[in-house]
Amino acid sequence: MRHIISLLMENEAGALSRVAGLFSARGYNIESLTVAPTEDATLSRMTIVTRGSEDVIEQIIKQLNKLIDVVKILDLSDGSHIERELMLVKVRAFGKDREEMKRMAEIFRGRIIDVTEKTYTIELTGPGSKLDAFIEALDQSAILETVRTGASGIGRGDRILKV
Amino acid sequence: MELTGAEITVRCLAEEGVEFVFGYPGGAVLNIYDEIFKQDKFKHVLVRHEQAAVHGADGYARSSGKVGVALVTSGPGLTNAVTGIATAYMDSIPLVIISGQVPVPAIGMDAFQEVDTVGITRPCVKHNFLVKDIKDLATTIKKAFYIAATGRPGPVLVDIPKDITQQSHEFAYPETVTMRSYSPVVKGHSGQIKKAVQMLLEAKRPMIYAGGGVVLGNAAAQLTELTKLLGYPVTNTLMGLGAYPATDAQFLGMLGMHGTYEANMAMQHSDVLLAVGARFDDRVIGSPEHFARDARRIVHIDIDPSSISKRVKVDVPIVGDVGGVLDEMIKLIKAGKEKAEAKAITAWWTQIELWRAKNCLKYNHASPIIKPQFVVEKLWEVTGGDAFVTTDVGQHQMWAAQYYKFDQPRRWITSGGLGTMGFGLPAAMGVQLAHPGSDVACVTGESSIQMCIQELSTCKQYHLPLKIVNLNNRYMGMVRQWQEFFYGNRYAESYMDSLPDFVKLAEAYGHVGMKIEKPADVEPALREAFAMKERLVFMDFITDQTENVFPMVPGGKGISEMILAEEL
Repeated sequence: MRHIISLLMENEAGALSRVAGLFSARGYNIESLTVAPTEDATLSRMTIVTRGSEDVIEQIIKQLNKLIDVVKILDLSDGSHIERELMLVKVRAFGKDREEMKRMAEIFRGRIIDVTEKTYTIELTGPGSKLDAFIEALDQSAILETVRTGASGIGRGDRILKV
Repeated sequence: MELTGAEITVRCLAEEGVEFVFGYPGGAVLNIYDEIFKQDKFKHVLVRHEQAAVHGADGYARSSGKVGVALVTSGPGLTNAVTGIATAYMDSIPLVIISGQVPVPAIGMDAFQEVDTVGITRPCVKHNFLVKDIKDLATTIKKAFYIAATGRPGPVLVDIPKDITQQSHEFAYPETVTMRSYSPVVKGHSGQIKKAVQMLLEAKRPMIYAGGGVVLGNAAAQLTELTKLLGYPVTNTLMGLGAYPATDAQFLGMLGMHGTYEANMAMQHSDVLLAVGARFDDRVIGSPEHFARDARRIVHIDIDPSSISKRVKVDVPIVGDVGGVLDEMIKLIKAGKEKAEAKAITAWWTQIELWRAKNCLKYNHASPIIKPQFVVEKLWEVTGGDAFVTTDVGQHQMWAAQYYKFDQPRRWITSGGLGTMGFGLPAAMGVQLAHPGSDVACVTGESSIQMCIQELSTCKQYHLPLKIVNLNNRYMGMVRQWQEFFYGNRYAESYMDSLPDFVKLAEAYGHVGMKIEKPADVEPALREAFAMKERLVFMDFITDQTENVFPMVPGGKGISEMILAEEL
């Protein structure tokens, strides 16, 4: 099962390596991991997407809780939540492709944020599946470069992760 | 008052009531050593290798229940200490390790004696800190002691760059420390405790399985009271020996890979299992699939939530301090009307006695060659069962665990989780310093003892009258045993050739050496050695080369699938 776990941790040097080290040392899978400071500069918020049986996920959460720098954890998959990921795609855009690329970006509600004679860079936000669909829909040979942030997530309504 | 970082470090240790610091000086910690020289609040114990500094602090901590402290320099000082730190981590021993680091501006420059200490130790500490600002130094040390000693204990490392030890800052040692990210659960959930008691009283084939958590949580008295109150059988893990008096009739001996037949059978066939401060590890229950074949309900008390339902699913998890939880269980049982199922329990004991009648620890007493088990039995007799016993790792460790009957906690000092050869001698130094005047025996083998034998020199310097019981079979015995059973008698590199003359070696270090070759000489030698209260005595017992440790559960098998001595 895929789980998306959010956690707040002390914004200390090396905090990220404690989490990453825990996953590699115990053989847990990381699909994506994002981290950035929050409105409270002493806290970082991390979003981890992982896969495992219920037992494994239970252990992952317990082991994360055991890390001294971790302040709070929420398994977003336990309730309704929103996930977003940002992707930047640089595509070949000349000749008849140029108009096609613009149309594709519009269909997926992407924005073209950089333009050269031969390329577009498209910014796209959404759940991972939407970004996958966009990549699928493009002519593969037209893709020059992609970069994705990994998922960020937040609970719906009054599900709040805060200290 | 403004103090230097070195002064602050030393003052913090004094404020924490530290009695001994086990360490070894070097460039990055010279400022700290200069302050140690000027003070008299604690004693510094100069070891001969940093691994021994950490094992020494570890032996001190295990036997006293206090936090052990080690001090090492940067680079190789720290890397040498890593084995000791990992040993303490696996067995949840509270330590504070202070390591020197190159000056802050030199970090990351591949400076002389620089290593990424925080990175190297991260997977084998409860937590670690790099102090990059002198204003954080005192608070960090306070936090280190707090984290090491609370919750599930463990080693905490504080890495201090040399320039921080030179800078000055106002010193005030914080009285208390609170951390929003760390607040271990102490009190067990009352509802869960009620459920557990109910389940225990309904049991027809109950079993109590207690581990190192009972020793670390100072809950041996509560465990004993509860077990007596219920009249149920009890077993201890390797780490839990001494948590329940081994000479008591309700004690079935140690369980696990080299556990007794009765303990392992009772474990497998129980219908309600009370696990206290234990973690169902691979050396204890063998294959979890095999263990699960017989249905049973499990109550598991542990301070660490991540130990619960890790290898074995449990029915009633109770997170909390074991002593407090056991106290509450005792109170509930005493106050309630319900009693244990007397008839079923009597039948269960009848079955257990049949298993016990196998006498699985028997061995050949008529042997003309010294049997290692015999030495441990005699050691127990000669010391009145009252010695502190440290060990190294291997066959001798298992024989010590099986044949020395510990009636009290914190007397049995062994590297259980990591299985560190070389642990026994330095750990014994820490034990002896914590308990001057007590008998401290290091049961070891000729292979293990050579891994930290340089510490004989430390023992001389600090007049530590240890008694070293060397079970010398000229083999890495446990390796040889596995090679005999599972590798067609191909003894690859497990024979110890060119051994030193241990008697002369002991003498060279200024100690007493004895060589014992006949069974009849075992007891007199032990008596003579333990009568020398002021001297370290190295007893080299020449033992049977082919003796094996039984019972044995082969790796990956279930705990009731034991090989017994007579089956071979």
